[in-house]
Amino acid sequence: MTKEKKTRSLRVQNMHIPSHGVLALWSLLALFPIWVLVVNSLKTRYTIYNNPFWLPEKWNFGNYREVLVSGDFLRYFQNSLIVVVLSIALVLLLGSLAAYSLANWRGRASGALYFWMIAGMMLPIKIASIKLLEMVKGLSLINTIWALVPIYVAMGIPIAVFVLTEFVRQTPGELLEAGFIDGAGRFHIFWRIVLPLLRPAMATVAIYNLIPFWNDLWFPLIFISDERSKTLLLGVTRLFGQYQTDWSKVLAVLTLSAVPVLVLYLAMSKQFIKGLTAGAVKG
Amino acid sequence: MSELSRRSVLRGGRSLTPGAFYWMRYIVPALAVYVVFMAWPLLDSIRLSLYTGNHANRSFVGFSNYSRLFAGGEVATRYWSALSHTFYFFALHMLIQNVLGMLFAVMLTSPTMRGRQVYQAVIFLPTTLAVLVTGYLWKLILNPVWNGEILRAIGLGFLAKGWLGEASSALTTISLVSCWQWMGIPTMMFVAALRNISDELLEAASIEGANAWHQFARVKLPLILPVVGMIAILTFVNNFNAFDVVYAMENANGAPNYATDLIGTLFYRVGVAGQHPVGIPDTGLGAAIAAITFIILVCGVVPTLRLTQTKE
Repeated sequence: MTKEKKTRSLRVQNMHIPSHGVLALWSLLALFPIWVLVVNSLKTRYTIYNNPFWLPEKWNFGNYREVLVSGDFLRYFQNSLIVVVLSIALVLLLGSLAAYSLANWRGRASGALYFWMIAGMMLPIKIASIKLLEMVKGLSLINTIWALVPIYVAMGIPIAVFVLTEFVRQTPGELLEAGFIDGAGRFHIFWRIVLPLLRPAMATVAIYNLIPFWNDLWFPLIFISDERSKTLLLGVTRLFGQYQTDWSKVLAVLTLSAVPVLVLYLAMSKQFIKGLTAGAVKG
Repeated sequence: MSELSRRSVLRGGRSLTPGAFYWMRYIVPALAVYVVFMAWPLLDSIRLSLYTGNHANRSFVGFSNYSRLFAGGEVATRYWSALSHTFYFFALHMLIQNVLGMLFAVMLTSPTMRGRQVYQAVIFLPTTLAVLVTGYLWKLILNPVWNGEILRAIGLGFLAKGWLGEASSALTTISLVSCWQWMGIPTMMFVAALRNISDELLEAASIEGANAWHQFARVKLPLILPVVGMIAILTFVNNFNAFDVVYAMENANGAPNYATDLIGTLFYRVGVAGQHPVGIPDTGLGAAIAAITFIILVCGVVPTLRLTQTKE
């Protein structure tokens, strides 16, 4: 490494100082509320008022204990988990079946169906709420978590069709050919060859849907008032009201509700970013 | 070659060529859920806007829900105010997200920039949190009782104000919190678009003597403009459904004094929850709000797609 080279690379890095300044500032702004959330959830009802933006003088884990033990928090959590996992599994299953068909069936109807289904990516399903509420009542699903599943599946199918169809189209024909020569039926080829190949694309679809399903407040709010069926986020609104005078407990509730997604995000942020922008960027 | 063999495998081969009838079987489950729980309820909501009353006894009233909405005293006042708030909310998002998103993305895609991964992960982080959670959180952070002492100590006492309590500042404050939350999406969309620009193109431009600004304005900007269109569509659709942020930071009434009332909160009160004195939802009126929203979205989305999405 010559001296000249070193100074040049230093000069290049110096050029980026303003960029680092801007990005670091925004990063602080992005992290600041999360910092406030966590440190204050470890204080007590009154100590959150002294030095609100800094670490507690005395660490208090009692808020978490109380939220986890006394409230309905764990039931809310369980409800959300069931709804989200079931919905995503169904989106992936129905979506990949449809994608297999749309990628291989070359007819005019196939193209029309494809566009009709991916149009849903831009349709805000919330504005159909009045009709959906009547349907859910008609099916006697009101006040149950099962009301949420078909709606989430319908919300997830457009992106699944969009991402998975593209992916099936790109799978090498030779692979399918080999299966076919072995005498496998088309469904068998789908199940044994296509589905395993689709895994990375399915991860993208799963992540794309995970955030809106887990973080959805609207549909639980309009469908569910029964305590036993509340989802996590709806439960958070209740606990917010219940603990309103004790912000340190509210913050413990908020932290716990965000933990699952945060942990997943920290473990695989790249896939999250890719997944969540999948609908918008071609390729 | 591969395409040909694939066709012969999948359509010809030993068995009979599978046609529409065969392939439809794979699509029907997805299509059924999509049509029954998305497409049909959307379209039927438009029909319901011509009726009054609830499920049990519903009667046709033509366009009277619409005339109430546009020119009917209190209802119309609320509607026009919510509509203009929603457009303001949208305009702020477009301005902030596009300007900052593009700035961040240009910085993040510079080939010699260090620490890109970390910045990207951090900028994107708030997007993964629930709007309800960040809304409650900012409500606490912006509370002057709570932050006042510290802000005064560092000489920023003028910031310790009830931003959410005053009608003049509440909507802007909520819009900014929402922008803060979603900043990751436009940024990453711009990053993806900028990465797609070939190095040769930029090199050619710099050989021609283009400085950084010219490179951006003449080469990069035209190539990433379709992304602006896409962001516009996503933001437009999401903002016309925004509800959680107002619900968390104020309430479903768009407090203070309806200053933060958006189409989403108005729709909730009128069509789903039922308004204060009566308490029974007016589904016809709610459906009319939904139908107009749908029409506004189609009128906004289709031309934007036409203008910005070049055919490939």
